[in-house]
Amino acid sequence: MSPLNIEKGSSSHSAYDLRSHLSDEIESHTLAILVSNEAGVLARVIGLFSGRGYNIDSLTVAEVDHQGHRSRITVVTSGTPQIIHQIKMQLERMVPVHEVSDLTVAGPHVSRELSLIKVTGKGEARVEALRIAEIFRANVVDSTLESFIFEMTGPPEKIDAFADLMRPLGEVRVARTGVAAMARGL
Amino acid sequence: MTEMTGAKMVVEALKEQGVDTVFGYPGGAVLPIYDEIFQQNEIRHILVRHEQGAVHAAEGYARSTGKPGVVLVTSGPGATNAVTGITDALLDSIPIVVLTGQVPTFMIGSDAFQEADTVGITRPCTKMNWLVKDTNDVASTIHEAFHIATAGRPGPVVVDIPKDVQFATGEYTRKPKQSPSHYQPRVKGDAEIITALVDAIEQAERPVFYTGGGVINSGSGASQLLRELVDATGIPITSTLMGLGAYPASGKNWIGMLGMHGLYEANLAMHGCDLMICIGARFDDRITGRIADFSPNSRKAHIDIDPSSINKVIHADFPIVGDVGHVLEDLLRIWKSRGRKTNAAGVQKWWSQIEEWKKIRCLDFKNSETTIKPQYALQRLEELTKGNDRYITTEVGQHQMWAAQYLGFEDPHRWMTSGGLGTMGYGFPASVGVQIAHPDALVINVAGEASWLMNMQEMGTASQYRLPVKQFILNNERLGMVRQWQELLHGERYSHSWSEALPDFVKLAESFGWKGIMISDPKDLDDAIMEMINYEGPVLFDCLVEKHENCFPMIPSGKAHNEMLLGEAETQGVIDSKGSVLV
Repeated sequence: MSPLNIEKGSSSHSAYDLRSHLSDEIESHTLAILVSNEAGVLARVIGLFSGRGYNIDSLTVAEVDHQGHRSRITVVTSGTPQIIHQIKMQLERMVPVHEVSDLTVAGPHVSRELSLIKVTGKGEARVEALRIAEIFRANVVDSTLESFIFEMTGPPEKIDAFADLMRPLGEVRVARTGVAAMARGL
Repeated sequence: MTEMTGAKMVVEALKEQGVDTVFGYPGGAVLPIYDEIFQQNEIRHILVRHEQGAVHAAEGYARSTGKPGVVLVTSGPGATNAVTGITDALLDSIPIVVLTGQVPTFMIGSDAFQEADTVGITRPCTKMNWLVKDTNDVASTIHEAFHIATAGRPGPVVVDIPKDVQFATGEYTRKPKQSPSHYQPRVKGDAEIITALVDAIEQAERPVFYTGGGVINSGSGASQLLRELVDATGIPITSTLMGLGAYPASGKNWIGMLGMHGLYEANLAMHGCDLMICIGARFDDRITGRIADFSPNSRKAHIDIDPSSINKVIHADFPIVGDVGHVLEDLLRIWKSRGRKTNAAGVQKWWSQIEEWKKIRCLDFKNSETTIKPQYALQRLEELTKGNDRYITTEVGQHQMWAAQYLGFEDPHRWMTSGGLGTMGYGFPASVGVQIAHPDALVINVAGEASWLMNMQEMGTASQYRLPVKQFILNNERLGMVRQWQELLHGERYSHSWSEALPDFVKLAESFGWKGIMISDPKDLDDAIMEMINYEGPVLFDCLVEKHENCFPMIPSGKAHNEMLLGEAETQGVIDSKGSVLV
């Protein structure tokens, strides 16, 4: 935010040039938002996204500090760098929001998602499903003669990959929790 | 240990917050609070005729005093009627506390009579809102509401109180000395960036101050500091519609309002400057025109208490988050301590360029002997009222822009208009609120007949409380601004932009016990205005004006500052120096 470290030539100090220098590329960012756990706070946060036309790719929310009445909302959102910046600023000025951290910018972080994946099929396909599940370290949590439910935790891409591999084997249904994420280290 | 009913807590909390006036309208779900209001004399309740009027009146009160406005309405339709006013206050950053009644907690969600999801409906149009479900929380929530409404960037808040919570008893919480809220916006700007800005001010050849409503919201101290800074540096200053009066119109560095209907010299100064110092304004689309060509050769400083305003639309080279008053104080101190330097030669050359632009006389218009030109009416109004203790409100449209162009404002808090939301029907109830706050002042609502009709029911309020508000209606029997856009952009197809079946305003005035004045001859104008000013009660001034006048200068939507339409000045061929437009 300091004017003193603006790259020379990158800003000829006009909106016009600024735009052409700024990337129009859509980036995906994971934001961790610490909020007061009070009535309507989730509606307030997601209302900001819908009201201002921002994207929500994934959303999780749960209380993380019972005594302090704090909940943590993890949002995966996408947009141009300028939009992402504006989303953070808009979130930060909301009264019940205590802290917004952009895990994507902050450095290495871990993101995990829990999924339940039901695959229906018979014969050889069942065996193949089990074999793939083993490779992905997915657990069987329910089984009938014509179906399995696998439980798997991992980064979202891993779940996508697993579900894609299952699709040729039978009808696939997926339930996912959305991403929970945290910065690495101290 | 003070136990009392929730309803009594409401009144006690308002008293503790120093509230002297509440604008409201009773109904089933707020009856316990009204009962408490009945039994005390410290807080004056003003009965409006529509809840939208209550919020606009509270806005007028707030804008003209610098104190938060307070509104009390019932559940359901009472709350939904208030939504337009609440949104208006959000867009213009006006501190308003709206108390709404709600159906009893055990009936919420049952589609009860006059039930609406008030916190759900008002969530996107408030700074914050609360549904109070426990009587013990009533007082603390109201104290928090006042803190949120006024701290940082001001705005409207809603406190929704179910009827059973009003009836039940609980423990009253006194107003805390220091708000326990974690919401404590930063007011001091970054000293390093302020110093960098001082450095830029010292060197700039073509600097300009671009100020907005944030200066006024920051308090009268901020306006004083602004005046000192501008006069000491000799830098030209322009302002948005919302910021008029922060720097006096008679001040030597004033170059007029900027923006879509701003002055030629102000917009070209914005386009041609090499250093733009934006103070408490937000680069609204009415200000910037086409973003891509907005002030292409300038470095930009942006002072704003709301970090989300900075870099939202326009990149700021000097982003300074803080309260205008605090930042200006630091800026002045640092600038003085470094020897009060400016690039005098450059700034002098810049001024001679601005003087060239002024010669265009962009506000010139072709006057008429037979028809009252709206611009002429406002020129005369200015001339005949400027010495008074005067407050101006407006509705929305051409008359609003002409009022901003032709009236001069010497002080903050004297000009109340709906800038961000552009709410037709704002001005009349706002004038009611202003007059309540300033009983002896001359309060004039400059209106168009179409806007004015939108909240004309408030005539009853003015009559009841003997408010001598002057409704100065520039009646062109048209939705003038809509008509102008249809003429310029929609092939002169005037779709539904005329006012059919207008009332006889004089008879309407008389039916409410007001004075009505109707004039159409320019020769009668001065006498009629004097008659209006000198009359002790409310006046409905029906000024029949030229029906097809357009408002110029105008930056058409999506055009840049140097692509202004100039109207009469242009047609009179006095635009020879147009070639010198581009700096």
